[in-house]
Amino acid sequence: MSAPTHTGVVTGRTWLFPDANINSDIILPAAWAQVRTEEEQMRFLFKNYRPEWIDQVRPGDIVVGGKNFGTGSGRPCAPLMRKAGVVAVVADTINDLFYRNCVNAAILPLECPGVSTTVSEGDIVMADVLEGRFRNTNTGAELPGAPVPPVLLDIIAKGGLIAQLRADGLVR
Amino acid sequence: MGMTMAEKILARASGSARVRPGDVVVCEVDMAVQLDRSFAAVEPAKVARPDHVALVMDHSIPAPLVLDAELQRRARDFAHTFNIERFFDVGRHGIAHQVIIESGLALPGELLACGDSHTSASGALNVAARGLGSLEMISVVCTGRTWFRSSPTVKVVLHGELPKGVYGKDVFLLLADKLGSVEGHDVEFHGEAIASLGLDDRATIATMCTDLSANFALFPADDVILEHARTVADRPFEPVEADPDAEYADTVHVDLSELVPYVAKPDFFPHNTLPVSRLDDPVVIDQAFVGSCANGKLEDLRVAAAIVSGRKVASHVRFIVTPASQRVYLRAVQLGYVAALVEAGAVVTNSTCGACFGGSMGVLGKGDVCITSSTRNFKGRMGSPEAKIYVGSSATVAASAITGRIVDPRPYAQNAGVL
Repeated sequence: MSAPTHTGVVTGRTWLFPDANINSDIILPAAWAQVRTEEEQMRFLFKNYRPEWIDQVRPGDIVVGGKNFGTGSGRPCAPLMRKAGVVAVVADTINDLFYRNCVNAAILPLECPGVSTTVSEGDIVMADVLEGRFRNTNTGAELPGAPVPPVLLDIIAKGGLIAQLRADGLVR
Repeated sequence: MGMTMAEKILARASGSARVRPGDVVVCEVDMAVQLDRSFAAVEPAKVARPDHVALVMDHSIPAPLVLDAELQRRARDFAHTFNIERFFDVGRHGIAHQVIIESGLALPGELLACGDSHTSASGALNVAARGLGSLEMISVVCTGRTWFRSSPTVKVVLHGELPKGVYGKDVFLLLADKLGSVEGHDVEFHGEAIASLGLDDRATIATMCTDLSANFALFPADDVILEHARTVADRPFEPVEADPDAEYADTVHVDLSELVPYVAKPDFFPHNTLPVSRLDDPVVIDQAFVGSCANGKLEDLRVAAAIVSGRKVASHVRFIVTPASQRVYLRAVQLGYVAALVEAGAVVTNSTCGACFGGSMGVLGKGDVCITSSTRNFKGRMGSPEAKIYVGSSATVAASAITGRIVDPRPYAQNAGVL
């Protein structure tokens, strides 16, 4: 069961993807669309880039990225990462489309310039999208990040867009 | 302080007096375009404004897998349940961004959202058009609205005139070289060179801006756009102009007069493009592709057909042509382009996104080298992550299909009388 993100603050173990422009084909290769269930689709996450990652990631983990993380298509990278257990993406910059897909999937997105060079994989970090704070508990380093605007925090607080749509009776 | 084109559209759509970069506004979306795969995760129980929703079957048409057939059935059920009139089912379909332009699904000054990242295409029509995730699109369809965070804008001023043998795709590839990534920004086009770009070339440029990570990409509504809009409009519309005192994060001047055919090398676009003539070693290809929302238009098929006419595709090359819509396909048949292509040894498929995203109709295998006029060259985009994707204009692709390696198309275009 994934750690809750509705408070806007999480602490978890990091997975580091420091390269700039980690794109949607790297995160979720095209073949994802050929299988039916989210459980099966999830298996394609980083399949050609870090094929072992999907078996290593655990609920509550945090992905740390470089610049323009998530650039490319609007395919469901964020919902599937959430399903795999990721609760936050902290990156030097986050591509705008990927950012909104994180919000909708109740993954906390924190833009935090320079973060990718201050984290070693496996570090336990804290991300706070209310105040815009990042702390690496292993090194003690703190970095300022961009708080998530209140109207978007609302979506996260409700558990993401599907949860909100269901609660409002808008989807079957 | 004045507003940019996108800021004005967001302001109108959200009922705000003004919008500045960083503002988060909730907008009524003038047109929400759903696609064949849009109902995979959830299905709407309510639709706020069915008259502001369209459904276009495009990505995997006709269905290559049972799963696709089932998802398309779900899409069809949605259209029938909610009486979606603007429903472009298989047979009257096309790639969404082509259909949007052909059928006036968005008009100058409007706000459009669609579950595909190349939705920026309609910016050519002075439309604020944005790609969203499919989950968010369900929300837009159910509620009629969504939020946008206004971005700072890069103003791109195009000078001079587009030379012969050089096309919208080459303009984009030049921008990729000069601008690089504009992540977090909108792009707004100005300048006298716009008059030398037809609607199709502007649509190519607007489509491709997504691959420089642009948010909105907007062109002004000049006579070319207004004339097109009037022929397809079924409702009044009001174009937007940038205010003379609108604020821009940056202004870049680009002269098109000396532009030559360009190519993008594999994996990404920003600062990864160069004139074809400057490729170090001959790039031998296995596959050539003309298609996609960017470059599957009638003009692309015309130029490709003219270049291959009377010649043969190189024996080691597969040349695949996928028209952007049924309408383009039919005109191409009527005008003889399809016959010329097939006689040369090209495969002309039905209209769909298809090979562009590695879905169907010509995916790439390990070791394949492809020159394409489609939208994206990420590793694995068109199939195997061990294939290499180069991107150029449809003319460049066609000339390369004949010679079997990536070449400057202008001598071939000249011989074919299309220069």
